[in-house]
Amino acid sequence: MSKEQIRTIKVDTLARVEGEGALYVKLKGDQVQDVKLKIYEPPRFFEAFLRGRHFSELPDLVARICGICPIAYQMSAVHAIECALGVEIDPAVRLLRRLFYCGEWIESHALHVYMLHAPDFLGYPDAIAMARDHREIVEQGLRLKKTGNRIVALMGGREIHPVSAAVGGFYKVPTRIALNDLVDDLKWGLDASLATTRWVAGFDSPDFEQDYEFVSLSHPEEYPFNEGRIVSDRGLDIDASQYEENFTEYHVQHSNALHSTLRGRGSYMVGPMARFNLNFAKLPEIAQQAARDCGLRAPCRNPFRSIVVRAIELVFACHEALRVIREYQPPPAPRAQTVARASTGQAATEAPRGLLYHRYSLDQGGLVDSAKIVPPTSQNQKRIEEDLWHFVSQIATRPAQEITWKCEQAVRNYDPCISCATHFLRLHLERE
Amino acid sequence: MALRIIGCGNLDRGDDAAGLLVARRLRALGLETLGVEIIEQSGESFSLMNCWTGPEHDILVDATVPTGTPGHVRVWDARADTLPEDGFPSSTHAFGVREAVELARAMKCLPQSLVIYGIEANQFSLGAPLSPEVERAVASLADQLMEWVSDSLLQTPRRPSRGAHYTLCPPRRTRNSYRPRASDRTMVAT
Repeated sequence: MSKEQIRTIKVDTLARVEGEGALYVKLKGDQVQDVKLKIYEPPRFFEAFLRGRHFSELPDLVARICGICPIAYQMSAVHAIECALGVEIDPAVRLLRRLFYCGEWIESHALHVYMLHAPDFLGYPDAIAMARDHREIVEQGLRLKKTGNRIVALMGGREIHPVSAAVGGFYKVPTRIALNDLVDDLKWGLDASLATTRWVAGFDSPDFEQDYEFVSLSHPEEYPFNEGRIVSDRGLDIDASQYEENFTEYHVQHSNALHSTLRGRGSYMVGPMARFNLNFAKLPEIAQQAARDCGLRAPCRNPFRSIVVRAIELVFACHEALRVIREYQPPPAPRAQTVARASTGQAATEAPRGLLYHRYSLDQGGLVDSAKIVPPTSQNQKRIEEDLWHFVSQIATRPAQEITWKCEQAVRNYDPCISCATHFLRLHLERE
Repeated sequence: MALRIIGCGNLDRGDDAAGLLVARRLRALGLETLGVEIIEQSGESFSLMNCWTGPEHDILVDATVPTGTPGHVRVWDARADTLPEDGFPSSTHAFGVREAVELARAMKCLPQSLVIYGIEANQFSLGAPLSPEVERAVASLADQLMEWVSDSLLQTPRRPSRGAHYTLCPPRRTRNSYRPRASDRTMVAT
């Protein structure tokens, strides 16, 4: 093949990601000329149609943005509105919100680790083919996911698009007896998660370390879910109210999801690897030890090891859920009183895929004047393109079919939720 | 014999509501009083697979993707047939009916019998009503299922179908099985 030959590789519909998109890579000889993560899923204009709605409706409305991470949207929304209205939540509600988030992380990470990403490492086209050879493994993954679903169903009233989250707390809080019913499943889940870490730690990963700026929440005492400052490994340390002063969104022609950058600094990474690297010391000892046993050290800069980090976060989420259930005492009231006022509030929480920022401005009657939502996949888009730019350079001499497979795997390192961001992917590789 | 009818779909996505509406019509016709369980599902794989934990006999109804013949009803014996890769609506957020069946087949946890009726859709537009052809197919399939299932459970001879015309025979059934014959693959409700 001539060095100057143009090669185009395209994946018309990238499988095993949430949402609709395509990937375009252009090579001249073995040099990468262009990489575009094309998100063609039509925008859904959620921010616009939230205007004029009462703040109390927001938790149910924003839950509809994503079927995989509705709790993240609910949590960022309720915290932003509570910030705007000056609402203090009961410590028991705070604990329950952590449990709610544990459920979402368990179901989302189990789905991604077992059903979406593991087939890449084991050479299967999908989870169905993998299940023919690894039935017990897939059964374990499905049972783990079901454990997360049980938490979400109990806390949210149903598994998909839960309806119990409210500004100030919940419409209904669970009894101790109902929570105790989850304990056996969670104890099994903790053991299964530890087994998961050992399983995925054995996967072969390309030697591909990148110079990322990691961004996540950081809380002085806890591995972050709902609270904390927004920090990076390069000195960023801000309150959520300063998010828009430090981050900027802009439109690129090939994507219906806005790209995000740190002002004056460029791309950055949010998600499990960022959380792990910035908050390793806040993980419980059992999760820290599991990481050490896997040979995983913070900072981890190889995105292909993110599957191991997700498994560590499964250990954390099961352990944390058990802690919450042990310590929970029902609050005096399911939710705090709220009084509408003209105000603005911002909040960021940690969705399974990373930092999720919300801002709402309310009028005197509590109706939404303006809303801004910045999902994690939107924030990671530019970083995904940069990963691919460098990664394709490493594998440019390989056959197009192998490049395509590896590129899809590299995109799935981020577990992108394109539907959230615009809310599958096509790879188009062109050689010049 | 435990018989369950599962209607799948999304009420807010045009013809994707077809499976759910068949389930609701069967409930309105009183099929549950004969001991048949009727449930509604989104069609999300893992929720479906959670249903398939025992030796049940299941009938599943869902919309299929448009191919130019809206209202066309296809039948698959899921234990014998591989479902077409592009036959059912797929969500980018979740695995769907086909993935549930194929994953369950790979994991050897399909129900004892699983017959799938697919009603071909015309459109899956947000907030759109059912297309007229699909609306007729929903009513016709529900009435037929009511007749077949109740005949089977009550062991009465099957009466000729009314209000529907089939280009091919509907599935042959026995008391313990709802498996269609290979020649019974398609029918058109008109």
